[in-house]
Amino acid sequence: MAIFEAHDLHLRFGDRVVLEDVSLAFEEGKLSGIMGPNGAGKTTCFNVLTGRYRPSRGRVLWQGRDITGRSPQDIARLGVARSFQLMNLFDEFTVFENIAVALPETRRRSANMLTSAYAERTVSEDVHDILERVGLADRANDDAKSLPYGARRALEIGVALACKPKLLFLDEPTAGLGADGRVRLAELIAKLKGQLTVVVIEHDMEFLFSLADEISVIHWGQVIARGTPAALRQNPWVESSNLGRLN
Amino acid sequence: MTQIERGVPAITLAMIGTWLVFASVPLWIEKVGLYQYLGVEILVFATYALAYNLVLGHAGLPSFGHGAFFGVGAYAFGLAQHAVWPNLWFCLAAAVAAAAVAGLIVALFISHRRGIYYALMTIAFGQVFWFIAIKATSITGGEDGLLKIERLPVATGIASFDLKSNVALFYFVLVVFMAVTVFLWRLVHSPFGRVVKAIKQNEMRARFVGYNVWAYKAAVLILSAGLSGMAGGMFAMAQNSAFPDVMSLHYSGYVVMMTLVGGGLVSFWGPVIGAAAFFLARDVIGAVTTSWMLWFGLCFVILVLFKPEGIAGLFQGYMRSHTAPKNPAPQPAPPSLAR
Repeated sequence: MAIFEAHDLHLRFGDRVVLEDVSLAFEEGKLSGIMGPNGAGKTTCFNVLTGRYRPSRGRVLWQGRDITGRSPQDIARLGVARSFQLMNLFDEFTVFENIAVALPETRRRSANMLTSAYAERTVSEDVHDILERVGLADRANDDAKSLPYGARRALEIGVALACKPKLLFLDEPTAGLGADGRVRLAELIAKLKGQLTVVVIEHDMEFLFSLADEISVIHWGQVIARGTPAALRQNPWVESSNLGRLN
Repeated sequence: MTQIERGVPAITLAMIGTWLVFASVPLWIEKVGLYQYLGVEILVFATYALAYNLVLGHAGLPSFGHGAFFGVGAYAFGLAQHAVWPNLWFCLAAAVAAAAVAGLIVALFISHRRGIYYALMTIAFGQVFWFIAIKATSITGGEDGLLKIERLPVATGIASFDLKSNVALFYFVLVVFMAVTVFLWRLVHSPFGRVVKAIKQNEMRARFVGYNVWAYKAAVLILSAGLSGMAGGMFAMAQNSAFPDVMSLHYSGYVVMMTLVGGGLVSFWGPVIGAAAFFLARDVIGAVTTSWMLWFGLCFVILVLFKPEGIAGLFQGYMRSHTAPKNPAPQPAPPSLAR
């Protein structure tokens, strides 16, 4: 059953059509991929799905409920988290606090003005659990801004995981990572796959094809192909693109 | 377990030290050639600057019309005393409430803005409040101000303390200052305070982890306005009057200068240091030349150019350079998801 659906999404900026009749459905517990060339509209699509942009027309459904045009914070509270292609961290905070501030537990207590922010044992445990998962357990006290690029990328995913989402959107998580980092990230995403629904935008076709249950191809703001990795390999467009050179 | 996981103490050594230094002021201030009323001014404006820094330093919202809230508090204190009930606690509560309402009105219009647009809107609103204070002569006394504001006694239910002398008023303002420092210290380290700090750093990410950024920005402005109003109420009591001057743009600029010169962007105590530096400069440099503001302004420019972290930043830099290990041992690179 699809946990998240988009029907006939259309978005234009001025006279430029950015998304046209985009329909997507993400099955619960599955890992879905979105691929396409630069400027195809993948990140814009994520931005519409997660509330950053309101579509010109079309509908977005979360567990069957219409959430079209809802704000990012409303959508996040429903259990939808995302990471960003360009790093979006709380740079003045430590690694620990980047995670802690994103926890639903902190959000629930966020009107509290008189107690210490993260003194609860559960907060500390949750933070360390997430840091362990993304491989930053030893850097909890480092400033986010002082981290090397790869570790910042890991923290970016950690912040999204801290929201304890049911659905996680990852926007080009391998961007800028070395080979070692990609392997570790693939391991992490493979683990997440059984625990929550994951949607990944990715340029690294090998990475995406090894993990995804289903992939949608976006080009010129439209979904031009959809299917399992095996089926997509046979698709003429995919065959003529980068993907055709896989293996 | 780190400090942040243990939680911060409600009262710190720095807090106690600051209170003790201030508490000793009436004992020596006249011996160094200054006067008791200066201590009252410093404490009132230190309270005001701390409240202001909630918006500028902690939330990163450049408000340049904060004098409006200070002034609204001053007028509300006087009007409540003249027209409703001459009770100190009631009048202070009226000052807080009126300024918080003014903050709410402004917040409704500007909380979706940030940066230069936020700054311009606060200037515009500040000017609106100032203009109302000038023109609403029947309520505010216009340019003549609201006069005959009494220093009301502190009624505790058991005993009553007179505040007519500057020393008594100083100690009353000190108690309020202590309460404000404890409250603000708790606030900036509370879940609310950390979310505000997160919003300052990255509004978009804060939204995407589920925070209603508009509501937090509005709440911070209202809180800051309310506390600024309380400082305004104490100032009205100290001056026995309330004038529109304190709502003007240049008065709003003073609190920005105090906060930045002191180092409010890097330290909780920066605004207190800045308020003290401002009034001491006024009296010490002012004793030599009437153009003291020119020299203080030049100091401000130099500080912003070369040490934007202010006096507190200078102190922190000095402490770091004198406490850091000379030859730190190299640390092995920790394992990470991505290297």
